[in-house]
Amino acid sequence: MEFIKFNGVTKQYKNGVVAIYDLNLSIEKGDFCYIIGGSGSGKSTLIKMLYREEKPTRGEIILGGLKVNKLRNSSVYKLRRKLGVVFQDYRLLPKSNVYENVAFALEAIGLKKRDIRPKVLKAIELVGLKSKLRDYPDNLSGGEQQRVAIARAIVNEPKLLICDEPTGNLDPVMSMEIVKLLEEINKKEGTTVIMVTHDKTIVNKRKKHVIALKEGHLFKDYKKGEYIDEIL
Amino acid sequence: MKFFRILGRSIRDAFKSVGRNFSLSLASISCIIITLVIVAMSIVVSYNVENISNVLREDLTIVAFVSNDADEFVVKKLKLDIEDISNVDKVTFKDKSEIKNEMMKEDEAFENAMKTWDEEENPLQHTYLVKVKDIEEITETATAIKNLDGIDVVKYGEGMVDQLITVFKVAERASIIAVIALVLMTMFLIVNTIKLTIFSRKREISIMRLVGASNFAIKLPFVVEGMILGFLGSILPVIGMIYGYKTLYTYFGGKFFTDIIKLVRPEPFIYYAALIVVGIGILVGMLGSSRAVRKYLKV
Repeated sequence: MEFIKFNGVTKQYKNGVVAIYDLNLSIEKGDFCYIIGGSGSGKSTLIKMLYREEKPTRGEIILGGLKVNKLRNSSVYKLRRKLGVVFQDYRLLPKSNVYENVAFALEAIGLKKRDIRPKVLKAIELVGLKSKLRDYPDNLSGGEQQRVAIARAIVNEPKLLICDEPTGNLDPVMSMEIVKLLEEINKKEGTTVIMVTHDKTIVNKRKKHVIALKEGHLFKDYKKGEYIDEIL
Repeated sequence: MKFFRILGRSIRDAFKSVGRNFSLSLASISCIIITLVIVAMSIVVSYNVENISNVLREDLTIVAFVSNDADEFVVKKLKLDIEDISNVDKVTFKDKSEIKNEMMKEDEAFENAMKTWDEEENPLQHTYLVKVKDIEEITETATAIKNLDGIDVVKYGEGMVDQLITVFKVAERASIIAVIALVLMTMFLIVNTIKLTIFSRKREISIMRLVGASNFAIKLPFVVEGMILGFLGSILPVIGMIYGYKTLYTYFGGKFFTDIIKLVRPEPFIYYAALIVVGIGILVGMLGSSRAVRKYLKV
C-alpha cells in the first residue's frame, strides 16, 4: 500500500537553483527506506518537502492520503503531529533533562500532564535510556543524545519517522546502534522510516529499500535486498 | 481545556523569559513605568480639569448691572431679552434693596453705612444673575448682554476664566502628546525585548514547529511576556498614583489653592484610574509583543 507518493515533483529555490527535478517515487506503509546521494543531490530538500518545511514548485506530494503541497500554512501543524523528525545535530534543549526534552514535544501540542508521563517513559524505555531520565544533554554521549532525539520524535506515535543523517556525527559502532534502534521502531511500532544517509556501508549491510538521488533526479530505486555499488 | 493548558504553559514560559533576559526586561519595564507615570498624571489632571470645568460651569455667573435710569418696563423687558440669548441657561433678578440687605448682613461696616439709605438714596443697581450653558462662550454671551439697552456694566471674572480655560487646554494637549510619544517609545523597547527572546528561544521554537505545535501555541508565550512586562511596569505608577493623589488631596484639604478649584474625591475615582493605568500597561505590552511576533516569528 502506497503511503508516500511524489508525482512529478520539482523544487526550484528563489535563487534559481533546481534542487529536485520531476521526481516520481513511492514508499509503502511500514517501509524502511534509505535516501542516499551526494551533496546537492536533493536529499534534504526531498524530506523538507515531506514535512512541509519547503513547498514543491510543481507536482504533487501525497502522504497517507493527504496532499501535502495543498496544505495551508495554518494547517501544517496537523501534518507534523503525524510524523517525527530526527536531525544530525540532535536539536535538544540543553537546559532540559532527558525526560523534559521528550515531554516537551507533547507539552507543546497541549497534552495533559497525566497523559504525557506514560508516553514519555515508554519512548525513553524504547530507546534504552531509562536509567538516564534526569541526565542533561551535556552529560550524554553523541549516540545517547541521538536516542533522546529519536525518543522525542516517536513519543507521539507518528506514522512516519524522518531521519536526516542521524548518524552523521557518530562513530561506526554508535551509528549501527542507532540504525538498529530505528529498525526496531519500524518493526515494533509499524512506523514508516525514511533515513537520509551518506553512509553506504550501513545501507549495504541492512539491505532495505533505497532511493538514490543524483543532481535532483531519481538515480535509482533499489528494491529491498539489492546491493548498492554505484558511487554517488 | 487544551486552551488553558497552552495558556498555563505560556504564562510559565513568559515568566521564565522575563527572568532570562532580565536586563532588557528591566529596560522595558522602566520605560513602561515612565510612560504610565505620565499617563497616570494625565488621567488625574484631566479628570480634575473636567471636574473643575463642571464646577465652574455650575458656579460661574454673569452679573449684569441695570442702569439706574432704566424704568420698570425696561427692567422687566431686560429679563426676556437676556433669556433670548442662545447660550443663556438661567436668569435671576436681584432687586437693589435686596442686595443692600444682603451686604448689610455680611459686614458691620456696610451695615453702618447703608442703614440710613432709603429707596431713593440707594446708589446700588438692580442686577440680573445669568448662568450660561457653555462656559467657553461666556465672553460672547457677556458682550451680548452688555449691548442690551438698559444694561450698564457686565462682570463675570473675564480675565481669570479665559486664562483658566487656556491653561487647562494646554495642559491636556501637552499630556496627550507626551503620552503618545512615550507609548510609541515603550512599544519600540518591548518589540526589541521580545525580538531578543525569540532569538534566544530559536531552538525551542523550531522544535515546537517540528512536533506540530499550533501557531497560536508558539506565539502565545511571547504575547503573554509582553503583557507581563506591561503589568509589572504598571505596579509602581499605580501605587504612586493612589498614595500620591490621596496625600495631595489631604494636604490641600480637597481644593487646589483657591476655593474655586476643588479636587475630585480620591475614592472611588483613584481606583478606577488605577485600573485604567494597569489596562493601558498590559495593552501596550501586548501590542508591542504582537508586533514583534508578527515581524520576527516566522511560523
